[in-house]
Amino acid sequence: MLYSKSAKKESIVVKGARVLDPAAGVDDTVDVRVDDGVIAEVGTVLHPNGHRVVEAGGLLLAPAFVDPHVHLRTPGREDEETIESGTKAAAAGGFCAIFAMPNTEPVVDSAAVLGALVETARAEAEIPVGFLAAITKGQEGGELTEMAELADAGAAAFSDDGRPVEAPGLMRRALQYSAVSGRRLALHCEEPTLSRGGHIHEGAVSAELGFGGYPSVAESVMVERDLALAAYEGRPLHILHVSARESVEAIEAARSAGVEVTAEVTPHHLSLTDEAIRSLDSNLKMNPPLRSAEDRTALVDALKRGTISAVATDHAPHAQHEKEVPFEAAPFGVTGLETAFASLYTNLVAPGLLPLDTLIERMSAGAARVYGLTPPKIEVGAPANLVLLDTAASWLVTEQSFRSRSTNSWLLGKKLQGQVRLTVADGRVVHEG
Amino acid sequence: MTEVRVMREDLRPPAPPPRRHLISIEDLSKDDVERLLGTARSFSRSLEREMKKLPTLRGRTIVNMFFESSTRTSSSFELAAKRLSADTISIKGSGSSVDKGESLKDTILTLAAYDPDVIVIRHPHIGAPQLAAQHTAAHIVNAGDGKHQHPTQALLDLFTIQEEVGKIEGLHVAIVGDVLHSRVARSNIQALTLMGARVTLVGPPSLMPRGIEAMGCEVSTDIRAIAAADVVYVLRMQRERMLEGANYVPSLREYTARWGVTSERLRPGQKVMHPGPMNRGVEIDPRVADHPESLIEIQVRAGLVVRMAVLYDLLTHGPVGVQTATLTEVA
Repeated sequence: MLYSKSAKKESIVVKGARVLDPAAGVDDTVDVRVDDGVIAEVGTVLHPNGHRVVEAGGLLLAPAFVDPHVHLRTPGREDEETIESGTKAAAAGGFCAIFAMPNTEPVVDSAAVLGALVETARAEAEIPVGFLAAITKGQEGGELTEMAELADAGAAAFSDDGRPVEAPGLMRRALQYSAVSGRRLALHCEEPTLSRGGHIHEGAVSAELGFGGYPSVAESVMVERDLALAAYEGRPLHILHVSARESVEAIEAARSAGVEVTAEVTPHHLSLTDEAIRSLDSNLKMNPPLRSAEDRTALVDALKRGTISAVATDHAPHAQHEKEVPFEAAPFGVTGLETAFASLYTNLVAPGLLPLDTLIERMSAGAARVYGLTPPKIEVGAPANLVLLDTAASWLVTEQSFRSRSTNSWLLGKKLQGQVRLTVADGRVVHEG
Repeated sequence: MTEVRVMREDLRPPAPPPRRHLISIEDLSKDDVERLLGTARSFSRSLEREMKKLPTLRGRTIVNMFFESSTRTSSSFELAAKRLSADTISIKGSGSSVDKGESLKDTILTLAAYDPDVIVIRHPHIGAPQLAAQHTAAHIVNAGDGKHQHPTQALLDLFTIQEEVGKIEGLHVAIVGDVLHSRVARSNIQALTLMGARVTLVGPPSLMPRGIEAMGCEVSTDIRAIAAADVVYVLRMQRERMLEGANYVPSLREYTARWGVTSERLRPGQKVMHPGPMNRGVEIDPRVADHPESLIEIQVRAGLVVRMAVLYDLLTHGPVGVQTATLTEVA
């Protein structure tokens, strides 16, 4: 399900870090030794065994992160991102695996397009990457893709991300057929007749600035519809980029009724509200839009409780000239791979809104489970997927900060606390900073 | 013993004042507005003279960029600049390189090469004036950006009320119609409440932006609410902004029947205003438009002197305050 370039596994010893793995129940200052890409020993004052030693006193060693929602823009818009640049950006953000969305040009809706992506990933992906394929051909909402064949060709899951599956009858068929493909559907929930013409969240800010409103209910009615269909068909599903309080409530209700639903939330929805848009910065324009303070609080609570079990960046690179236009004319989407941990550490952990171990869990194990990946763990015998974090270090986000080919970050000019010092993905050191 | 310590920073020359723009009414203080209205009043007197041209802005360059159709705003900005002896260049969206796909940024950079002092911009997209401010050293005047702001319209409306009613503070103004699509309404709500007037919005619920009360106004869907106001401000029913099939109102006929401003719905002595262009027989009855209580023609005349005042204020001493916008340095 995951593809990356083949390279030699490494052997290292990380010494003196606080090792925090909520999934494994570890929180202790210990050394970790990796032999040929596999965690060989966790203990006090380990002998280097001739391995390279990483002195990590005062730093935090955690299971590396997984991002279930990234746009790599390949094929079609390699000027914005490639598999190579996107996976390097992910490595710099502390990720050991990412999943790419199929809304490319052409759309990933056939085994041929998917096969070419898999080959490219095997040649140039710095970290393992999984590919989602489209639910409908061309993501046009008309006909189902050949999901069984796509699953055999390596599709990790299915999504028409960027747009909803509008017709309820077709959505139902897709759910039924997901039993054959064995892969989860990941849904972008938006009722287009309610969001049409909307640029930002509908509320006091859109009223004052004059923007067309994209109300919360445009998301939540679709979440409710899809959950009702999933309940009826007894199929699991994943709700992408939840932004509204009402959606959180619907997910909670469906889960207690027995629906197997996972959900993700982005760092920007957890950090900002629509008030930020008063600056008219086009790097604050994304779909779904930044919502009210009440919604943001509901999202943070849902992440804390586990109703939302994963953080996803929805990393959406855009060419500079496409974003350097009036807000209203700009495309939706912001980048996030390289700032995910730091933005959430700065905006949630440091102010005491979310415990650090919960953040780590939602960015690693919780995110891994969405598409059935074995969660990264710091335990003997597990493949080394590690991130070494300096939570005391702060840095200024500038256009020069990124490995991504695009710089449409909502954090440009902002100072963040928390820096990734080292990323180990599938037994290889893929980033040092 | 008192120790006097001079910090090194204290010895630096003060930073130059930030470039001032007029992008939104929100950026103005009450003092700014009073100063602008006072300047407009003195220009109004000067225009009564036979020789109407003043030498004030001789040698200055003012660019008018209109990416959206306009008659009264573009002509009054152009005449305002000429009355103040500035050189003007006027660019329209159609017939310019914009037709050839040039981006707003590049159009601005091209014009910036002529070192204009002021760029007056009208654009269909919210945020265009802010973008312009990031790419030029000129002062930016927003002549209307999408549904966001039209600050000089609100200033000329304040000037009209001040001159014709004698005061703004304590006045009750009803703004009637398509508030959702109206930049005039947004600028006027801010301007009127800033100056101490009470504002009531009246119109169909589907054309009333959700959350607009947060701007400090009242909202009613009943046209009878206009009877309580001193001034009734009628908005244009923006047919060209209506998305096809959006069904904001079932029909214009039904809109007119429910919310059209007619003499039957007005009290004697109420003043009526409209930013133009009017749809006679839709949002306003022709008899109301042509009635002596209508201030509509006075508004057009006020547009000239208020725009003269804005240009003058930006380019002369005009105490700082108009807007300290934009953090981005010009590249």
